[in-house]
Amino acid sequence: MTRQMTGAEMVIQALIDQGVDTIFGYPGGAVLPIFDELFQQEDVRHILVRHEQGAGHAAEGYARSTGKVGVALATSGPGATNMVTALTDALLDSIPMVCITGQVPTTLIGTDAFQEADTVGITRPCTKHNWLVRRIEDLPAILHEAFRIATTGRPGPVLVDIPKNIQFQTGTYENCKDKALTQYHPAVKAPDAAIREAVELMAAAKKPILYTGGGVINSGPKAVALLRDFVKLTGFPITSTLMGLGAYPASGRNWLGMLGMHGTYEANLAMHDCDVMVCVGARFDDRITGRIDAFSPNSKKIHIDIDPSSINKNVVVDLPIVGDVGHVLEDLIAAWNARKPVQDKAAHAAWWKQIDGWRAKKCLTYRPSAEAIMPQYAIERLHALTAGRDTYITTEVGQHQMWAAQYYHFDEPNRFMTSGGLGTMGYGLPAAIGTQLAHPGALVIDIAGDASIQMNIQEMSTAVQHNAPVKAFILNNQYMGMVRQWQQLLHGNRLSHSYVDSQPDFVRLAEAYGAVGIRCSKPADLDDAIEEMIRIDRPVLFDCHVVSLANCFPMIPSGKAHNEMLLGADVSDEEIETAIGTAGKVLV
Amino acid sequence: MMIVAGQSQSAYFLEEELPSTERSHTLSVLVDNEPGVLARVVGLFSGRGYNIESLTVSEIEHSSHMSRITIVTTGRPPVISQIMHQLGRLVPVHKVVNLTWAGDALERELALVKVSGKGEIRDEALRLAQAFSARIVDATLDSYVFEITGAPADIDRFVGLMKDCGLVELARTGLAALARGRTGI
Repeated sequence: MTRQMTGAEMVIQALIDQGVDTIFGYPGGAVLPIFDELFQQEDVRHILVRHEQGAGHAAEGYARSTGKVGVALATSGPGATNMVTALTDALLDSIPMVCITGQVPTTLIGTDAFQEADTVGITRPCTKHNWLVRRIEDLPAILHEAFRIATTGRPGPVLVDIPKNIQFQTGTYENCKDKALTQYHPAVKAPDAAIREAVELMAAAKKPILYTGGGVINSGPKAVALLRDFVKLTGFPITSTLMGLGAYPASGRNWLGMLGMHGTYEANLAMHDCDVMVCVGARFDDRITGRIDAFSPNSKKIHIDIDPSSINKNVVVDLPIVGDVGHVLEDLIAAWNARKPVQDKAAHAAWWKQIDGWRAKKCLTYRPSAEAIMPQYAIERLHALTAGRDTYITTEVGQHQMWAAQYYHFDEPNRFMTSGGLGTMGYGLPAAIGTQLAHPGALVIDIAGDASIQMNIQEMSTAVQHNAPVKAFILNNQYMGMVRQWQQLLHGNRLSHSYVDSQPDFVRLAEAYGAVGIRCSKPADLDDAIEEMIRIDRPVLFDCHVVSLANCFPMIPSGKAHNEMLLGADVSDEEIETAIGTAGKVLV
Repeated sequence: MMIVAGQSQSAYFLEEELPSTERSHTLSVLVDNEPGVLARVVGLFSGRGYNIESLTVSEIEHSSHMSRITIVTTGRPPVISQIMHQLGRLVPVHKVVNLTWAGDALERELALVKVSGKGEIRDEALRLAQAFSARIVDATLDSYVFEITGAPADIDRFVGLMKDCGLVELARTGLAALARGRTGI
């Protein structure tokens, strides 16, 4: 079926044909024809944000909480450059996202026209692929290819830059949803020989561990179910990166907690001491490995990843398996069941005993306080009071993010939206709005810090306009807490510009936006205040005053190995200040 | 070692024992000849801190809009592997082949070399050009432009000798390279 239509109509038609019901955007001169088409139809809902970065993060939140692709729309020049942070964020966290930008007319490209920027040039390193559409004939195929590339293989953001005159031109539209424009066809199935060898390695393991990541969640619900089956089948202990939380339930008996820089003692020690490590959809990021030459020195490493460039990038592995996590787990389970390996029960029991010894350290213990709210306590209460509900959590970036990962225990995938790779302050509020609009009845909470929340605070207005009753739960310690913690660790506690003076009154700020503000500073009042926040069916800024100088522990200091962790409860100020050596100081 | 888009890209069968020293590698990259493809390749090298010693690009199949990029880069084997995988990740890239790993590849380059001088120096330049099978493509009473084709090392040697024969300027095309034998990439 082909039809004649304008370029702007093609954009909307392609969205409809791709099953897109919600997009996030901001109008401007170079996208007016597309906004005009949006106005004249009802299939695609447009969410007007207050800043294009907000549109990008909202699309990410929408994508991560649904498993679908997120779509953002912006104008040329500043519209596109404002989108760069969100695109980079989506690239590093492998979030499928299609960004459509307007461009000055083709006749003006290269003349430094008003609101002209080299958008494809600027976004080339922060997208999986991008296109400048030069001919109306190319537009339908490019639009559909954009969705195909964003969602297949390792997902990521793509951008389609459409000059204004192309939006006005008439051409032939064809729904080429299932046609490939490029030769991009990543392999999803791994070779049988690799699967068989993996089963052999795992069957012989005495001290195995599963180290899982965002790739499991990206692969979809089937991969998540298979991972849970696989844990049951093998009995292996399992840990996860920040991005993979919820794929295996935190309440599951094989769960060791998150690993890495602020991971649990048991997860990191098990990584260090294991003899077979199975990395499933994770990428040996520096936050995970710590000191690379001391990383899990005695293990055979199996790495399952859909992206061949992730293999041997940071850590040399013994058995790479390139393929989609879901397909590979399915094959592994089939091969395991066919071989029916006899595992070394005694060795496994000893391994679990060792792990239980590490667990007994209770590394997430903190000194409680009756006078002031401890940030860890706030997250614990938030979890306790929201656990039975249909809850989605987003975060900003900093200490609060790590506390959310440590103390809010995720039992389901797609429930935790956080900026992992790029570490983007300002991600959480717009991501919460995108999540809320995808799940209207759900409770969506942005666990925030007082500094981060101000990076995209303008999106409160978006939340109010679109009746998205998101809750920003701000752990307010008056500092950029993680920056302050690092200054204590690295720079003699000289707190250069990490104290946030002249904070807004968050309660009145909420009211100014037409939202609701709640303040709480006493542990005794916290439960009631959280209950009140949950009851309110409107956007809320919850100003939770917590102690100022709490540090986020456990911690592997920069340049240290997994077995050189700092634990929270018993660490002295002096130990903190001398924890990082000269070599570690240059690391981030 | 070869990475082919669309096939299993497991490194499991591909990683071989290779010398761990840094050396130069010649990569052939088959790409769609579309706007920005060279920028993607060059941006990947600069963005990830890889080195480009030489780069040539030209359309080789007009009907299918395919270009061949020949890149000379240096690094230890793991770095070279990573470069190849990163190149393979680019959407317009069809194939990446490491001609250095494939074996003794044919590598040729063309150079135009301008010398000026009179008397003994001029005669010497001409004699050397004949010895290196360089062609005279332009001559005046006090200058020559030689065209020489050969392996980069031969060109280096010729250019080195021309420095003492009144070398004025030099243009080199960069490398064109193919594997020996009957099969193509």
